[in-house]
Amino acid sequence: MKMVTVIIQPKRLESVREGLSEIGVTGITATEVKGFGRQKGQTELYRGAEFVVEFLPKIKLEIAITDEQVEQVIETIIAKCKVNGGNIGDGKIFVSSLEQVIRIRTGETGPEAV
Amino acid sequence: MENQLFELQYALDTFYFLVMGALVMWMAAGFSMLEAGLVRSKNTAEILTKNIGLYAIACTMYMLYGYDLMYGGGVLLDGISGQGESYSNASDFYFQVVFVATAMSIVSGAVAERMKLFTFFIFAVIFTLIIYPIEGSWTWGGQDVFGLFNLSDFGFYDFAGSGIVHMAGAAAALAGVLVLGPRKGKYDEKGNSRPMMGANLPLATLGTFILWMGWFGFNGGSVLAVASKESADAVAMVFVNTNAAAAGGVIAALLLAKAWFGKVDLTMALNGALAGLVAITAGPDTPSALVATLIGAVGGLIVVFSIVILDRKLKIDDPVGAISVHGVVGLWGLLAVPLTNLDVTFAGQLVGAATIFVWVFGASSALWFALKAIMGIRVTDDEEDAGVDISECGMEAYPEFVTK
Repeated sequence: MKMVTVIIQPKRLESVREGLSEIGVTGITATEVKGFGRQKGQTELYRGAEFVVEFLPKIKLEIAITDEQVEQVIETIIAKCKVNGGNIGDGKIFVSSLEQVIRIRTGETGPEAV
Repeated sequence: MENQLFELQYALDTFYFLVMGALVMWMAAGFSMLEAGLVRSKNTAEILTKNIGLYAIACTMYMLYGYDLMYGGGVLLDGISGQGESYSNASDFYFQVVFVATAMSIVSGAVAERMKLFTFFIFAVIFTLIIYPIEGSWTWGGQDVFGLFNLSDFGFYDFAGSGIVHMAGAAAALAGVLVLGPRKGKYDEKGNSRPMMGANLPLATLGTFILWMGWFGFNGGSVLAVASKESADAVAMVFVNTNAAAAGGVIAALLLAKAWFGKVDLTMALNGALAGLVAITAGPDTPSALVATLIGAVGGLIVVFSIVILDRKLKIDDPVGAISVHGVVGLWGLLAVPLTNLDVTFAGQLVGAATIFVWVFGASSALWFALKAIMGIRVTDDEEDAGVDISECGMEAYPEFVTK
């Protein structure tokens, strides 16, 4: 089992969710986060003073999946988030291994609980 | 003794006019809060900037030339100082100028979240300098329509401006929305409407209550006098009917939303209150309180249907429902007058409504198209995604993530 953590642009959340549902991903946890990578921040203005906000709004997705799903999930996320050849700030995908999953209601464990 | 009585009446009427004008000015705050509550949070600072900017523009343009165009009185208020017939001339300007700002406020909500700020401001300049004053000169100003006919010959009657102010503002808004198009993502590929929730319903509710309060000035002040038994009675009745109609609008919208959607929808109740107020504005002087409640209630029903039809069927994206509240219900308000005022006819009201709509919609459309060609009307897709707070104002209304 794998835990896929994805950072994306907020405007891509809906199409990513739709794409992942279509390929059989049954659950996603989404969080509004702030962060920066190569894109750095944006310039804002307050009472005439310019300042750079280093952290931009992003969405973090946490997706628990089986090993067989990994490749398809990554392809789908890239397809949905790399639009018009891709831009700085489109985000990043982190894949890590997942030791155990337990569904609280039934007590199921492992891939069945994903 | 007689002169002292006159001075007392004069002072009291002038004082009344000014206080009512200040109440109408407060409606600018109501529109600001209503619109700030009904847009998404990333567009809040910009809509507030629009609201305070348009208020100032309206006041300045009407002072420069608009008032002269509508009523005479001289460019730059040349002839306005000094004594009027029964109240101070300057108090008349003050009362009229806040109505111009109200008409312009109606536009800002309908074009929210996607229009370029300065395109909007330039529209506001022309609208409050020329488009609204010309329409006002044909109605309250008593001038002929381009020398062709005079609306008073048809018995057109619009007490405080269901048509002259509210429907006119909505006609300009409709023209703007048609040139501008819907917000990005408002309609999916199949054309289904998708809800874009207002970010702050407490603010929208506060705004509605402020507008309700300001409306006592809007309608009550339009009696134009209070310092006689007759006018005091008229003012009291207008206050009662204005309040009754708003209440009727809320109840009708609440019940219809509950019956239709299964749940009570707060935003529809808020729009219902405003619909009741717009509906009674053309004739708050003649109905009984019960009839005023019913006129408001019909407005409350119309506004719910109109919002749904505009949004889902006609694909006209109006984030705050301004076109339905002020335009569709404004027309109903004009047509409701003959029900209780036997001097007024449906035909006369229709001629007046058509005249106002054709002029304001036509002139506004031409102006929006011109502005689109000259300076662009819409922010880019990326700017719209990020929110116009950042792209137009460079700031956030709710900067919650602060690192230092």
